[in-house]
Amino acid sequence: MNMKEANKKAVEIILKGQPTLVGIGKALDVIPGMKEDIFLHAGPPITWERMSGPLKGAIIGGLIYEGKATNQAEAEKIAESNGIKFAPCHHHDTVGPMAGVVTPSMPVFIMENKTFGNKSYCTLNEGLGKVLRYGAFSDEVIDRLKWMEKTLAPVLKEGLKIYGGEMNIKNLIAQALLMGDEGHNRNKGGTSLFIREIAPSLIRSSFDRESVAKVIEFIHSNDHFFLNLTMPAAKCIIQAAEGIKGCSILTTMARNGTDFGIRVSSMPDKWFVGKAQDVDGLYFPGYSLKDANPDIGDSVITETAGFGGFAMAAAPAIVQFVGGTPKDAIRMTLEMYEICEGENDTFKIPALNFKGSPTGIDLAKIIETGILPSINTGIAHKDPGIGQVGAGLVKPPRNCFEEAFEEFVNSMEKELSNE
Amino acid sequence: MEFKLFKEELKVVNIGLASFGENLKNENTKVVSLKWAPPALGDQKLFSLVKKYKRLSEIEYKG
Repeated sequence: MNMKEANKKAVEIILKGQPTLVGIGKALDVIPGMKEDIFLHAGPPITWERMSGPLKGAIIGGLIYEGKATNQAEAEKIAESNGIKFAPCHHHDTVGPMAGVVTPSMPVFIMENKTFGNKSYCTLNEGLGKVLRYGAFSDEVIDRLKWMEKTLAPVLKEGLKIYGGEMNIKNLIAQALLMGDEGHNRNKGGTSLFIREIAPSLIRSSFDRESVAKVIEFIHSNDHFFLNLTMPAAKCIIQAAEGIKGCSILTTMARNGTDFGIRVSSMPDKWFVGKAQDVDGLYFPGYSLKDANPDIGDSVITETAGFGGFAMAAAPAIVQFVGGTPKDAIRMTLEMYEICEGENDTFKIPALNFKGSPTGIDLAKIIETGILPSINTGIAHKDPGIGQVGAGLVKPPRNCFEEAFEEFVNSMEKELSNE
Repeated sequence: MEFKLFKEELKVVNIGLASFGENLKNENTKVVSLKWAPPALGDQKLFSLVKKYKRLSEIEYKG
């Protein structure tokens, strides 16, 4: 094998991935290494002191949701005094949108890569606006999380069993891309497909009609419900390509609202970080850039796996929402081929004559071309407790790629000289 | 000798610095600028690493 072949092998593994929804469980019971006193968060590792407003807000909300605190002041005291431990979702085979906070009692989707057997996890999507993942923690946020735990998750869990126990999410993402989704900021097609698949099984479940109706209404009212299925799908696709010697394909991009971090296949445990960037976007009425928190969330796993912002050309309906035009979307996708090793054989883009989406981001190509990955994202308010204020496009910081490339090349030179 | 080129509408693709095409644009000539950047954005240290990477990437090893 040589380093070129290592990259080709990674892309083959990515393309062969078969992300399949196999269950819904309690985070504490199913996420590897999860404990009562661990809270997971998006992005690379970070301490409470360095956390951004929305991440702090989500931690505060998580402590209230878990019954460990009754208000913001109590929650902050616990967080400041190391009353809980923080760990990146990515260290526990998990991904979380925006703040990405996962606490022990939260229900999570369980995704299995049927080709390679690895699993990934993600919470259920709460909707837009005032929600925990954007740092809000008011009573309505906590009440919704409780309803999700007590009603939404059990109904979906039983429904999935009746459906046959598993659902092929890769097929749904591929179809959704043909329906104007890109699987990151537009998930209307995917959410609709999910309802079509699961609804008969929910109606056949043992739950009362009103509970089932509320579950379907909740999913219907939230175009981003499917995001929390595309994300673990992307995670378990890319996880299988981690740890390939000599491979310069990115296996993680993630942000915690303070730092942006990447990991490379051949150095799976090493984070390279830079400053999380401001998002260029459109704001809800009454908000502007001065209210915005820098880039945050694990949702950039979709771009890492070959869709999301990399498939923007598939989603003309969303480009205005993130502040662009359909022409920008096509240009953005075309540019991403310059830094990718391959094209997807399942995720196709109608506007590009059904060309496969750019897949397998090559660190070496980023450095040689100077082209950074394009990401589209939601924008959280910089202060805890407020929520989403807009959506837009963002580029990651350049230094983390340069530092990763230097270490990658020098470590491979050392290894190859010892061969 | 006849220079046909100068009697037809010019179709110019500008490769290199965008400023090369500016004079023609000022003369109302259509110019398409190719998006271009030097390898590694001209950073000598990174360019050396890219060259080293290309050399290493041909070497066979046990996978």
